[in-house]
Amino acid sequence: MGYRDYVTIETPPADSMDIYVMGKQWMWKFAYPQGPNSVGVLHVPVNRPVRLLITSRDVIHSFYVPAFRMKQDAVPNRYTQISFTATETGRFQVLCAEYCGTNHSKMWAEVDVMTEDAFDTWIKDQQRGLAHRQDMGGAPGEVAPVADMATEGQKVAAEKGCLRCHTVDKAPMLAGAPSEQHIGPTWVDLYQRKTKLSSGETILADEAYLTESMMDPTVKVVQGYQPVMPSYQGNLTGPEAAAIVEYIKSLRSDRVQTTPLQGPTYEPITNR
Amino acid sequence: MNPSPTAEARVFPAKHYLNDGTTVRSWLLTVDHKRIALLYLISVLVAFALGGFFAMLIRLELLTPGPTIVGPLAYNRLFTLHGMVMIFLFMIPAIPGVFGNFMLPIMLGAKDVAFPKLNLLSWYLYIIGAAILLFGALHGGLDTGWTFYTPYSTTSSTAVSTCLLGAFVLGFSSILTGLNFIVTTHTLRAPGMGWHRIPLFVWGIYATSVIQVLATPVLGLVVLLVAFEHAFGFGLFDPARGGDPILFQHLFWFYSHPAVYIMVLPSMAVVSEVVCAYSRKNMFGYAAVAYSSIGIALVGFFAWGHHLFVSGQSAFAAGMFGSISMLVGVFTAIKVFNWVGTLYRGSITFSAPFAYICGFLFFVVFGGMTGVALATVSLDIAWTDTYFVIAHFHFIMVAATLMAFLAGLHYWFPKMFGKKYPEGWAMLASGIIILGFAATFIPQFLLGNAGMPRRYYEYPAQYQMLNVASSAGASLLAFGFTLVLIYLVIALFQGEYADNPVGSRGFEWLTQSPPITHNFETIPVFTHGPHEYQEVPAEMTEPSHAA
Repeated sequence: MGYRDYVTIETPPADSMDIYVMGKQWMWKFAYPQGPNSVGVLHVPVNRPVRLLITSRDVIHSFYVPAFRMKQDAVPNRYTQISFTATETGRFQVLCAEYCGTNHSKMWAEVDVMTEDAFDTWIKDQQRGLAHRQDMGGAPGEVAPVADMATEGQKVAAEKGCLRCHTVDKAPMLAGAPSEQHIGPTWVDLYQRKTKLSSGETILADEAYLTESMMDPTVKVVQGYQPVMPSYQGNLTGPEAAAIVEYIKSLRSDRVQTTPLQGPTYEPITNR
Repeated sequence: MNPSPTAEARVFPAKHYLNDGTTVRSWLLTVDHKRIALLYLISVLVAFALGGFFAMLIRLELLTPGPTIVGPLAYNRLFTLHGMVMIFLFMIPAIPGVFGNFMLPIMLGAKDVAFPKLNLLSWYLYIIGAAILLFGALHGGLDTGWTFYTPYSTTSSTAVSTCLLGAFVLGFSSILTGLNFIVTTHTLRAPGMGWHRIPLFVWGIYATSVIQVLATPVLGLVVLLVAFEHAFGFGLFDPARGGDPILFQHLFWFYSHPAVYIMVLPSMAVVSEVVCAYSRKNMFGYAAVAYSSIGIALVGFFAWGHHLFVSGQSAFAAGMFGSISMLVGVFTAIKVFNWVGTLYRGSITFSAPFAYICGFLFFVVFGGMTGVALATVSLDIAWTDTYFVIAHFHFIMVAATLMAFLAGLHYWFPKMFGKKYPEGWAMLASGIIILGFAATFIPQFLLGNAGMPRRYYEYPAQYQMLNVASSAGASLLAFGFTLVLIYLVIALFQGEYADNPVGSRGFEWLTQSPPITHNFETIPVFTHGPHEYQEVPAEMTEPSHAA
């Protein structure tokens, strides 16, 4: 009884489009194989099967779209999957359904079901890094941004003194000579850069890393730099930190992403 | 219809368990199962009032979509406290601790439980566990929900370890009580009390005890593991340390799903007694009711996976667990049909306990059907972790326990205290409580179906209307309970004497009310089953406690 439907929901068709979903206290992040990431808004094309590969960065969350009658837990260190095909365009609410701490009840996001054309345009814009995105609608405590988030982030970064140590032009990057090196790594092209840490590990500078580095800067220090940055925990509000992230994301040396499709920071799922 | 032999008016007995020693010491060091039952009664009522108070704060907070009276952290602590107090301190010990302790030995014709001192120890463990739990939760603050899901619980900075220690101690109280009841049922039956003459209340408590003894050690184990992980950083459940968070859910629900039946089976046991007494008929299918309790107890052990349908469990496992869970519905339906079959053409006394039975049947049938719906895997995807589940388990577990507890409390009030409760007030209160319960939780079914997740401090504005309705129902419910408390306390001191006012032929009425310390002047010999109203065997005409 109801078993066949369950199996349908749990087993995606072979031609479905993969999107990676990551829950973290207390926001949802979506990553597309084509490159872009977004926080708070899941963009999907209408009438196309979508497979969500869901995981969590910290505790267990549950990705819940009431309008789709669809729910799947986000469990740290493993992937769960669920599939759906949106049949109508529009915006639908995403909630977190597994209790995950203080702001559990504000861990909201949106599904934006777009027409196929709009979706393709969106993806292309993202890949160019041109669009000033305003995807942060679901972030906790978010007020509607006055300007776009990148501009907002630029303002915050100047006010909080970030720019005293981090550059936003390209100069120090080219050199590599220690004399020209600033106190902190440059922000230009920082986003999505493969970065080597002092621990020898290589990570991808995604939103999560950028946010972590603001709040807990000494944990993952870029190789060649001193762990001198103070923590901004408590000094930056959620939206401010997000705005800075957006600002960093907008700082690109005008290149279209031609590197092999990259994006999701997750390891691939085997045994499809 | 034969008049009941025990219904004749008598005077309040001069010697009974209540006046056999009146010092505080004589109560706190008592080994009398009836006095221990009263100690439990007071404790669980305090726990219920506390849990109810937290529930009212929650409902108050949810009146508006945004912050209302408390902050998010305080709210998360509130619902954790509400769940912990209501489940561990009220529902699990309520019926076995109070009515099980009081009635089970009397019904079997025994002088006490098999291990009276162990019985007292159970109560002390309950008090100690409750104190640790409440100290931890109120002092350190606990915000994990009563389910303690890892890795949130193992990384939470709140007093997780303290509270888990409390739950661990409470578990032992539960195990010891269960053990006591099992041994008592096996060894202390009076002459003539074969297995098929055991009152159905005892069958229900017996089945519950089996679950308590088998499942609670698993809870003890899992809370200990979580406490160790939280305190010393074991890497069992936290993936950051190489553990598996889902393992916790399996272990936890392996206890906590049977625990649902620890709560609901005793209530079914009470209902079986009250249905017979108030329709003056034998149970329609004694064996079916008795064995379905055992059936629920067994099947309950293999259904835990239905809590994990959306956790990434394999589709095959989900299908199996879903199907097994539905079997519980079959056993429950067997009971419901038997109760209704008993009522059919019965000579019904419509008073407060019977009103609660009607409430019980409504809530259990409705709650049970939503349970079968939830066991349907595809529907569960939409409903799990929403208010639909909240409403479902409040119907099946809470309403069942409460309705049966209140039915038992009124039915056995004369037995326990030898006093009559005011019928008019009791009927009024039963109406308010049943209505209040429905008004509180039916909107929550609708909320869940509309998509409101559980444990939400703030919620999207479209859910406000139903939340207000639910909160209004909750205040009605609180008013009803207050009413019951007031008139029962008054009746306790000023009520007139009553001994078996409905003329029940349950075995517990064979002795005087309130009973003497060792229950019987002479050990009774049973020659018939309980609740035989149709023909009166000669032996029954002279009750054994004619003194």
